[in-house]
Amino acid sequence: MSGDVVDQIFIRAKQWLLSWLAGAPDWIIQVASSLLNIFALLGVFLTLFALISVLERKILGRMQNRYGPNRVGPFGLFQPIADGIKMLIKEDIVPARADKIVHFLAPILIAATAILALGVIPYGRNMTPFAIDGGILFFFAVGSTTELAVFMAGWGSNNKFSMLGAMRAIAQMVSYELPLIITTLPVVMVVGALSPDAIVAAQSSYSFGFVPHWFVTTPWGAAAFVLFFVSGLVESNRTPFDVPEGESEIVAGHMTEYSGFKYATFFMAEYIGMFAISGLTVTLFLGGWHAPIHVLQFIPSYIWFFAKLSALLFVYIWLRGTLPRTRIDHIMNFAWKFMLPMAFTCILAAAVWHYMGRGLAGWLCSLAVIGIVYIALSILLDTRKRFATRTYRFAE
Amino acid sequence: MIGTGILKGMAVTARNFVGSYFEKDRLITVQYPEERTPLAENYRNFPFLIYDTDDAEAGLRCVACKICEKECPPQCIYIIKSEDKKPDYMGKPQFYPAVFDIDISVCMSCQICVEVCPFEAIKMDKVFELSRRERFDALLQRKRELSKSNTYYHSICPTEAAEVDAKLAEAAAKKKPTPPPAAGSAPAAEPTPAPVI
Ligand code: SF4
Ligand code: SF4
Repeated sequence: MSGDVVDQIFIRAKQWLLSWLAGAPDWIIQVASSLLNIFALLGVFLTLFALISVLERKILGRMQNRYGPNRVGPFGLFQPIADGIKMLIKEDIVPARADKIVHFLAPILIAATAILALGVIPYGRNMTPFAIDGGILFFFAVGSTTELAVFMAGWGSNNKFSMLGAMRAIAQMVSYELPLIITTLPVVMVVGALSPDAIVAAQSSYSFGFVPHWFVTTPWGAAAFVLFFVSGLVESNRTPFDVPEGESEIVAGHMTEYSGFKYATFFMAEYIGMFAISGLTVTLFLGGWHAPIHVLQFIPSYIWFFAKLSALLFVYIWLRGTLPRTRIDHIMNFAWKFMLPMAFTCILAAAVWHYMGRGLAGWLCSLAVIGIVYIALSILLDTRKRFATRTYRFAE
Repeated sequence: MIGTGILKGMAVTARNFVGSYFEKDRLITVQYPEERTPLAENYRNFPFLIYDTDDAEAGLRCVACKICEKECPPQCIYIIKSEDKKPDYMGKPQFYPAVFDIDISVCMSCQICVEVCPFEAIKMDKVFELSRRERFDALLQRKRELSKSNTYYHSICPTEAAEVDAKLAEAAAKKKPTPPPAAGSAPAAEPTPAPVI
């Protein structure tokens, strides 16, 4: 079948490359296979990073009725090359009082963790670079190391802005790690596995051939998807949760004392982290690499994955173009008073859905659970002040 | 409800995003080197010296009286008066500047030199693309670069140039009985019509 050939073309290419090593000891083949995966991952995601850095500016520009970068190359598409050269030839300044080793290690660690997290995501049929059973666990374990790297950057720089930025980052990342993981729980519970491949496989069927069994189509899944997405925004320090590097307040937060290529590394790690968390969102809720309609399955699986990923990234940029920066206490309140109860509600709703036979009745009841809690929280947390209409009394 | 405000905001940005591809008048950015907005008539940025006729040397109106040099607030004009004299636009022998330099990096575009010049010899120009590759290139504008014709003045500021011409013609008419104007500078005394740009 020709569709299969295109779908599996990268797998075939890898097998063909590895066939050159036929006869070599097992461990050499293992290492070579891993290296191939790593290079493919880095190649794809660094290209995506370059692309998104220019597209983001163009999209933001359009949202503000500007053109965005359009000078370097056709439609300004070579802008990342110019930016890269600029970053590379800049002087690398290390503050005299900085903790040299920590200051140096922070960007490396942050980039490494961001890239590691990419490894467990299934990008297509048979296309999980490192398929491990506890993939989800691994993802969050690695993802939470970012906090350490951010704090290393803030502490190592020996600068008050860096320190403040790092502390803000830790505060919000730790707070949102909770809803992030708790909203993953219902998926893990329903599927009964921690492996991303199993989760994708669980979303593979269709009702009537056009309603995909993605978890986002269930009420608990939709709620969990939104919560997970918002937590993802915070974890990747994106607007409206970009207080850790609020330019107008604390220069660049933990990146204040970094210049040139180290700064670029931070920047890259941030975007890679964004890709990773979006990739996981796609895997958990949007059916991974499955096509949305049965008849569209002839389109290769990896194209579906990256289409979904791009859609999510567009929403990231869209939000950035829309929302102003949130105040840190509002972020915290939102995490503990809204996100966390809603996340627990998702677990409850998923249980209702599961035990009512995963049918229409379960669907409606789980919607009711989500709806009641959402409305209750909306009323409880509405802190907008309502003023009585003012009556004026004038002197006679 | 929590979140409805955000959705409204996103609708606004989406409308702008999509609109910018379909409604051309949304994108108001002027793509500078290819497109430019017309300069206002009173736009000014750097002085130049006017000459009448076609001869930049002989037709120069400046008589090296050095008033502008004295008045220039940042002192960026440098003039050396000539030894000999040459006939001015009315045929009267006058000194002329042997050297007339303006330091472009010091000039603050205040137009004071223009206001004080009694001979309508120095006016404000409109060229603004004066950047150079090297730091010290073309900082000092010499007499040769500063001299520009009256026609050019008409092309950049038609109204003002016409007024100046009328004023000069009137002054020349008053002094008519005395020596006839030199052949070369005669036409310049009449107000030249503003050229069509
Ligand atoms: S415009 Fe002002 S600063 Fe420039 S030369 Fe004339 S008087 Fe001097
Ligand atoms: S430009 Fe005018 S003020 Fe300056 S030296 Fe010449 S004639 Fe005198």
